[in-house]
Amino acid sequence: MAINVIKPGLSTTVQDLGRPGYYHIGIPTSGGMDTLSLAAANLLVGNAAGDAVLEAVFMGPELEFTADATVAVTGADMPPKVDGEERAGWTSFRVKKGQVLSFGFLKAGARAYIAVSGGIDVPVVLGSRSTYTLGVLGGFKGRKLEAGDQLPVGAGKAVAEGRTLPENLRRKPGMPAELRMLPGLYWHRITEAAGRNFFEDTWKVAPEADRIGYRFKAGRPLEFVDREQPFGAGSDPSNIVDACYPYGSVQVPGGTEPIVLHRDAVSGGGYFMVGTVVSADMDLIGQLQPHTPTRFVKVTMQEALQARHDRKAVLDAITAALV
Amino acid sequence: MKTRYSFGGDEHIFVECDEEMSLEAFFKGMSITSALREAKIKGVTEICPANASFQVRFDPDVISPDDMMAELKKLEAVAQSAAPTLQTRIIEVPVLYNDPWTHETLMRFRERHQDPTSTDIEYTARINNLDGVDGFVKAHSGAPWFVSMVGFVAGLPFLYQMVDRKRQIQSPKYLRPRTDTPRLTVGHGGCFACIYSVRGAGGYQMFGITPMPIYDPNQTVPYLRDFMCLFSPGDIVKWKPIDRAEYDHTVAEVDAGRWMPRIAPVTFSLTEFQKDIDGTNARIMEALNGH
Repeated sequence: MAINVIKPGLSTTVQDLGRPGYYHIGIPTSGGMDTLSLAAANLLVGNAAGDAVLEAVFMGPELEFTADATVAVTGADMPPKVDGEERAGWTSFRVKKGQVLSFGFLKAGARAYIAVSGGIDVPVVLGSRSTYTLGVLGGFKGRKLEAGDQLPVGAGKAVAEGRTLPENLRRKPGMPAELRMLPGLYWHRITEAAGRNFFEDTWKVAPEADRIGYRFKAGRPLEFVDREQPFGAGSDPSNIVDACYPYGSVQVPGGTEPIVLHRDAVSGGGYFMVGTVVSADMDLIGQLQPHTPTRFVKVTMQEALQARHDRKAVLDAITAALV
Repeated sequence: MKTRYSFGGDEHIFVECDEEMSLEAFFKGMSITSALREAKIKGVTEICPANASFQVRFDPDVISPDDMMAELKKLEAVAQSAAPTLQTRIIEVPVLYNDPWTHETLMRFRERHQDPTSTDIEYTARINNLDGVDGFVKAHSGAPWFVSMVGFVAGLPFLYQMVDRKRQIQSPKYLRPRTDTPRLTVGHGGCFACIYSVRGAGGYQMFGITPMPIYDPNQTVPYLRDFMCLFSPGDIVKWKPIDRAEYDHTVAEVDAGRWMPRIAPVTFSLTEFQKDIDGTNARIMEALNGH
């Protein structure tokens, strides 16, 4: 079976849980930005949690099905429609041969996950079906979908329509969004006052927010501790000798606009970083729209590990509810 | 050189071997990351060496952050006794300096540059007291370069010039990064050269272009069939200036699947290099010429 792409949406890519293991040569993990929603979508249609789905940002695609399939849409609130008739999100529904799946306007969140029973069956590259657009690697021809593409779909299990995920297991960013961050890396490069301001200020998601990284603005510029720049670093006080960037690390080029690196991260570079968003909050970033007010919340390692534990408990509860 | 450790969230440890760049700092990082790879510690998921630092990704559900940190500090003590010697290879990279494609691009982004009235090569030659474009090409291609990091994007090498510090070419990055850089541009920022493996954004000065693919996700290029990225940290590069005719010929040969880079095995000893830079470089480059 296959899916014909009638309209691709704004930037729709094939994603699974990613390809770890190649970051040391600059190939990032990729994979769904909101992995909890991705896993839930898969489980709703009887797939394995890490099967390949479509990740649609801000605007959904229009897809024609060449055979019957079970579908679920999770993540952003962007109502799915079958031949124009609305279906519930976070709930499995049937799409029959020849029917068209489309989407209404985005109401909340940023990325919808569209799982199809059997999974999107593009070739596995370096252990994953995820798209890494910058490297033209994986996914469907290494790029976002275009009209006329024909997506292969694997053989699915038969599952019931109307399977739904309880409301309390649908994790969404708050308002303002709060991203827990462990200070570190080159935190010592900014003054104490700048460090306080960083956590006090309410930032706003900038338009330049994508799978590589999310940029934030509207906070006060960071003031640097004076130093003579080390050899090889470059002359700007925000420059360092090019180093690795952790996933979730928060770099602040020029001390003005923080960028949180995400699943398609550039693996390294020459900008200092003030810390790292905890792994538990990475999913939430994928659901932030431009202009969303956002605060960085300072946490300790112990709190970061507790957050990780809590997120794992949510995933376990989702799995228990759907398997 | 003082090693500095920091957690990068709950899944990474970042280790800075030195604040400033040097081959000594690179080798320190390499010996610790090699020892870490051999130690096969459960829970370590990625080991990423960089220029003067490195990063370890781990699964805190398997090994606690404090235990991971303690393991690394133990390895640092062991690794310091390792001899700074490397079995590696020298790769000749043909470069068309001052090519039309990077020229078109640098003109398009001129208002983002320190010196809008000259080109990136002319500007870098001037601030490094080199005799124009010719003097620049001579300095850039005269000595080999050491791949001290691979990353930013897939397969992109950062290269460190193997001459004493006062002769190293240095240049700032663009005032504001470009949104476009031709694929296979030979660039420069701070003390590092790079080869842009894919087309995309970039802030390094642009000096030329190589006809030699270094990243091929489809793995159809003959020398990238085993693995899609050519470079690894520790590789040594010799730039070979070429003219337009040779560039066009090489591109045609690459497209026909016939072209192979010149690569020779070499041993690199940091101690020998520190004692006699020019002699060591001459020996390394001989390996390439004898190939």
